[in-house]
Amino acid sequence: MAAASSRHNRRKARNTLMMGLSIAAAAIGLAWLALILGALVWKGAAGLSIAVFTEMTPPPGDAGGLLNAIAGSVVMTVIAIAVGTPVGILAGTYMAEYGRFSKLTIVVRFINDILLSAPSIVIGLFIYEIMVRPMGHFSALAGAFALAILVMPVVVRTTEDMLNLVPNALREAGAAIGAPRWIVIRSVAYRAALSGIVTGVLLAIARISGETAPLLFTALNNQFWSSNVNAPMASLPVTIFQFALSPYDEWQQLAWTGALIITFAVLMLSIVARALTARREDR
Amino acid sequence: MTQMLSPTSIAASRPVTEEAKLEVRGLNFFYDRTRALKDISLSLPAKSVTAFIGPSGCGKSTLLRVFNRIYELYPKQRAEGEVLLDGRNILDKGQDLNLLRAQVGMVFQKPTPFPMTIYENIAFGIRLYEKLPRSEVDGRVEEALKRAALWTEVKDKLNASGLSLSGGQQQRLCIARTVAVKPEVILLDEPASALDPLSTAKIEELIDELQTDYTIVIVTHNMQQAARVSARTAFMYLGELIEFGDTEEIFTSPHDKRTQDYITGRFG
Repeated sequence: MAAASSRHNRRKARNTLMMGLSIAAAAIGLAWLALILGALVWKGAAGLSIAVFTEMTPPPGDAGGLLNAIAGSVVMTVIAIAVGTPVGILAGTYMAEYGRFSKLTIVVRFINDILLSAPSIVIGLFIYEIMVRPMGHFSALAGAFALAILVMPVVVRTTEDMLNLVPNALREAGAAIGAPRWIVIRSVAYRAALSGIVTGVLLAIARISGETAPLLFTALNNQFWSSNVNAPMASLPVTIFQFALSPYDEWQQLAWTGALIITFAVLMLSIVARALTARREDR
Repeated sequence: MTQMLSPTSIAASRPVTEEAKLEVRGLNFFYDRTRALKDISLSLPAKSVTAFIGPSGCGKSTLLRVFNRIYELYPKQRAEGEVLLDGRNILDKGQDLNLLRAQVGMVFQKPTPFPMTIYENIAFGIRLYEKLPRSEVDGRVEEALKRAALWTEVKDKLNASGLSLSGGQQQRLCIARTVAVKPEVILLDEPASALDPLSTAKIEELIDELQTDYTIVIVTHNMQQAARVSARTAFMYLGELIEFGDTEEIFTSPHDKRTQDYITGRFG
């Protein structure tokens, strides 16, 4: 009895210790996050005004906004998603449906995982070599393609995972009423996996909207408004990078505000993605 | 073990008044290298219910899955032998599997409604093979739901998700979906094993009504169910067809010791 109770006390003590360490670790992690977000809101919100969304990036020492950078980011993100999503979804569909039992799928999955964790600056260099140099100049299109390459592995992964969650019984049921494979995929599997696939695309947008490295030597930057995708284009991350390193107060303020805008946009996307996933789990 | 009557000779010994809808001859089935069905031969009369019984792993579901070649969805599964549907060997290479499956419908153990509305669950199959005006599709959906004894329960919420129904209702929705395609044979793979007794009773009633128009094959673990719904019963064990004949005879005076042991609950 005595032995058992002393063992019990030791166990309790160890439990308290471990619990304390876990809470401390969580607190440290959250504290940094809170500090970063706090600094961002503190410094960034000070510069928030209508002008940020309506005026171009200013020359040094002048007041201005981030309109061309925001628009550039939106344009390049849209092109990147338009290019990367179909490829990603189709590849994921092959892996989860047609090629479920094929060796090729294992190879593709392995390569995709490498691509998923490839440093984005390498992707930027790659596009620089195959697009920027042959074309002879930087362009928004090159930037968008660099981002598209970052989009693909994320979408491939989530599409495959979400389709794999669709029970085989549902595919059998589709086949059992005489539906051809592609109709079962389109009308049954996609429908069952829809919210998960959309979540993947949203996460991909979140991933690329903060990317700076792949844009540095593809889309470069642009001080002015440009709607020509064949020419250099401004983007929020590159503008932040440039302005934050500058000695000018106005630019540094705009960099903080831009960072706040990106963070807020990504946060919104994550919340929407979470909500979609939660709805899927409800069913 | 004494020499037992071959299954075909048992079947032949009964006066078969109806023509054979499905005829299996020397069927072997392999999961990769494992032989799961051994030389199965039997003949299923049209417009009646045949039950497959036997302990888990005896091959009854495997046999059922040969009849619409659903096993082809997976690699390394193959069937050898002949399965004649109205005299046509469905195991032949040139068969259109989608057409075959429209002709030989299947309902699964767990209800599998598609992630769409109740209406769409049924219209989906109809539209696969027939181009019909909306009003006619409406009619066919209603007819199928009535056939599956579900109409009165869902007629006011056809646009609700199929997933919002109860388990028993979902299973009847799956039966309606199968019937809507106008198959000739309906395969039921333990259709009531995931349902409560009331829902089970409804499904059994339904099977009884459906046999006037369809050839039905049901796999069941529940021997009372086999006795209640089927005209003929096949007892399978370890991939072999042990005994096949009139349900009443299988349950009252089985020829084989193993059949007797199984139906009296001595194993399985």
